[in-house]
Amino acid sequence: MSKIAFVFVGLSVFLFCGCENLGPEEPMEFDLLDGPIDGLSISEQKRFLAGDIAFNDDVFTVENGLGPLFVGTSCVSCHSGDGKGHPFNQLIRFGNNDLDLSAMPTIGDGRNQIQNKALPGFEPETVPHGVPFSILVAPAVTGLGLLDAVPDEEIMALADPMDEDGDGISGRPHYNLTPEFTKIRENSVPQGDNYIFRFGKKANSYDLLHQTVGAYNQDIGITSLFDPIDPFSGLEVDPEISTKTLNDVVFYLKTLKAPISRNQMDPDVIAGKELFKSVQCAACHTPTLTTGYSPIKSLSFKEFHPYTDLLLHDMGLGLDDGFTEGNVETSEWRTPPLWGIGLSANSQGGQMFLLHDGRASSIEEAIEMHGGEANNSKARYISLAPEEKSQLIKFINSL
Amino acid sequence: MYMSPKICAVLFMVHICVSTISAQIKYKDSTKTSMNMDAVYDRPFLTFDKFPVNLGGYLEANSIYSIEDGLSEGLSFQARRLTLFVSASISKRIKFLTELEFENGTEEIAIEFASMDIALHPLLNLRGGIVLNPIGSFNQNHDGPKWEFVERPDVSTNLLPATFSNAGFGIYGKAYKGDWTLGYEAYLTNGFDTSIINNEEERTFLAAVKENSARFEDNFSGSPLLNGKLAIKHRKIGELGISYMGGAYNRKEIDGLQVDTGSRRVDVLALDLNTTINKTGTGLIGEMAYIWVDVPDTFTQQFGNQQAGFFVDIIQPVLKTKILDWEEAILNLSLRTDYVDYNIGKFAQTNTDIGDDLFALTPALSFRPSPQTVLRINYRYQWQQDILNNPASRTATWYFGISTYF
Ligand code: HEC
Ligand code: HEC
Repeated sequence: MSKIAFVFVGLSVFLFCGCENLGPEEPMEFDLLDGPIDGLSISEQKRFLAGDIAFNDDVFTVENGLGPLFVGTSCVSCHSGDGKGHPFNQLIRFGNNDLDLSAMPTIGDGRNQIQNKALPGFEPETVPHGVPFSILVAPAVTGLGLLDAVPDEEIMALADPMDEDGDGISGRPHYNLTPEFTKIRENSVPQGDNYIFRFGKKANSYDLLHQTVGAYNQDIGITSLFDPIDPFSGLEVDPEISTKTLNDVVFYLKTLKAPISRNQMDPDVIAGKELFKSVQCAACHTPTLTTGYSPIKSLSFKEFHPYTDLLLHDMGLGLDDGFTEGNVETSEWRTPPLWGIGLSANSQGGQMFLLHDGRASSIEEAIEMHGGEANNSKARYISLAPEEKSQLIKFINSL
Repeated sequence: MYMSPKICAVLFMVHICVSTISAQIKYKDSTKTSMNMDAVYDRPFLTFDKFPVNLGGYLEANSIYSIEDGLSEGLSFQARRLTLFVSASISKRIKFLTELEFENGTEEIAIEFASMDIALHPLLNLRGGIVLNPIGSFNQNHDGPKWEFVERPDVSTNLLPATFSNAGFGIYGKAYKGDWTLGYEAYLTNGFDTSIINNEEERTFLAAVKENSARFEDNFSGSPLLNGKLAIKHRKIGELGISYMGGAYNRKEIDGLQVDTGSRRVDVLALDLNTTINKTGTGLIGEMAYIWVDVPDTFTQQFGNQQAGFFVDIIQPVLKTKILDWEEAILNLSLRTDYVDYNIGKFAQTNTDIGDDLFALTPALSFRPSPQTVLRINYRYQWQQDILNNPASRTATWYFGISTYF
């Protein structure tokens, strides 16, 4: 009967050799948003990994600086799988409804985002009574390095603030004052002291460092060398995150790959792509941009397809939440990239929460809520035959 | 291999004792009358002729290879734990037992148990010191060699804190009638702290309290944790237990100053079952737990206020025979089912279900040359969903492990 013992040992060895075949398969590369752009050097991959860990694994607690007021406890809690977020972790920003009024209703640190959650024993902030506000649902953070490396000139070439071509669409860049810590991009084209801002729903961040410093401070209550003011007390405190980690996260965001499109050979998708142009969606959701020089070789001089012009557009009353941010009007929003939108449901819990506050639960709904400069385009979409509509939607889902 | 001086010293002492005194292993098969509550004493001990001291312990080690969504970190070997226990009959009716655990080498050294028992009557015993909180059955009956699986059950480690012990006092006792035994335990111990909703797991996590070693000298909340268990056993059918623990986990005042808006509770209810189907010899072990935590609604929904989970082990001996020199070697085929929902409820904003759950199936093949030693092969397949209910991440893990009393 000692055979049994041998069988047991033999089986163990056998199973160990065959174990790789019995594991779950890797999801297809094009179904995932996480992962670096191609061609990073080994040292760049190491930095990517360090940033990946800080973004996806670092959870903040009382001990490492969380709050006392905050919105989320980690980057990933809002940007799950680097994809779009869920309304349960929404941000709330508020402000004046008039760009000429400089005074902002102030609470806490005097900035325009409330920290709507609090550690036990603290009271979270609420929007001051009667003040207009927006709910914001987190966007995907993929491919941002490419957007970051687009030269100002290219953005300016897409702008048409006076609608000189008469197509009813008049995008403009958001010019604003950069915080002291920003390193201005080479070849920037300022207007006086104001530079083109390009990240955020109202394009209120200059670059990814600006956005990341703000995210740590305003979303998690984590102070840094660059933004040492505690949102709760309004006082300067010690940095709660190292500058290295901050830089690693910025590097990670810069080198996250762009979403990979799917089903490009499907005849419906091909037809939808044409419709996208003919019904004027492409006038704002610019299909192709190119980067200039970047110190990260994989980002330099690349053509890519984000479906955004990085410009602000008046989106009409329906999407007007009544508050201004920086120099952005109440009805203006920056065109969001459409790449990766077909994967949104995979990070939003099986549903879709589109537009800045997640109010649209499908691509159709999102289009139907377009207004203002997009009115013409929306009207053309609505007049499409049902089959054409579904081709257009299929195309957007393939991005 | 590096070994800390502490471990070396302890091992050396054990070695001396074993080799100089004529030792005999006494393994009592007391499975018929003993219950989960007796597990700490119901172990193989080395007893020595002229000493009132008994020594024992167990070792658990394994290799692990896991693949998460197609990616593997490679093969690792783990020396999970080395546990030593020493018991002593101090005088008539007074005994002492302590259990020291070294986890992952010397990364975590814990006194899991160190208590004195005074027997007044079978119905009334006093116990004090560092006690294992009687919640569920795994917490009390967790020795590696007793199980067919390398991993501890998820409900017992990730919902309930496994090997959760605290400084405290209590009473226990048993009553017998025919084939029936009824046991009870009731303790007051130090309790939880705010780490259960402030931790890097980013979820309500009772086990986070184990990080706080100050819990042996200081009760964070200032009010005791009440813990009680009632268990009934039939010699031929099996054992059923129901247990409860609850108390405050935060502190409302420090030095007379108010530091929180109110006192907040954590309450836990657990059911455990242990039976053998006589006809087939099939063993069934299971435990379920439900947890309520009073999480302020001004805090993030990331941390749930209700959790639940269970595990069930089905153990089928397929062979009992003499193998090599082992008189009664056993080959078992087993299956474990794990389920844990870390966050029960609906999102306030969308009224949709909050995710954050885990389901795993673990088929196992284990070989017991003798009751005290087990060699096991496990294959665990796990589906884990994040808080938003996004597509589950899937992990397959192979284990090969040993666990033995010594
Ligand atoms: C509470 C939820 C939340 C947390 C936590 C959070 N974010 Fe965000 N994130 C958002 C929202 C909402 C926006 C859109 C904000 C805006 O319009 O300015 C955003 C925008 C961004 C953007 C700009 C994307 C774009 O396309 O313009 C980046 C980059 C970003 N977040 C990075 C981070 C990093 C890094 C962290 C962690 C330090 C983080 N976020 C933490 C919700 C969150
Ligand atoms: C005038 C510029 C403009 C035009 C034309 C336009 N869009 Fe948009 N689109 C925007 C802006 C700005 C937003 C973001 C609005 C918001 O968040 O409230 C947006 C949002 C979207 C969204 C939701 C994206 C997300 O991430 O939530 C989709 C989908 C979309 N547009 C598709 C289309 C389609 C299809 C067309 C053509 C029928 C079109 N858009 C035409 C500017 C435009």
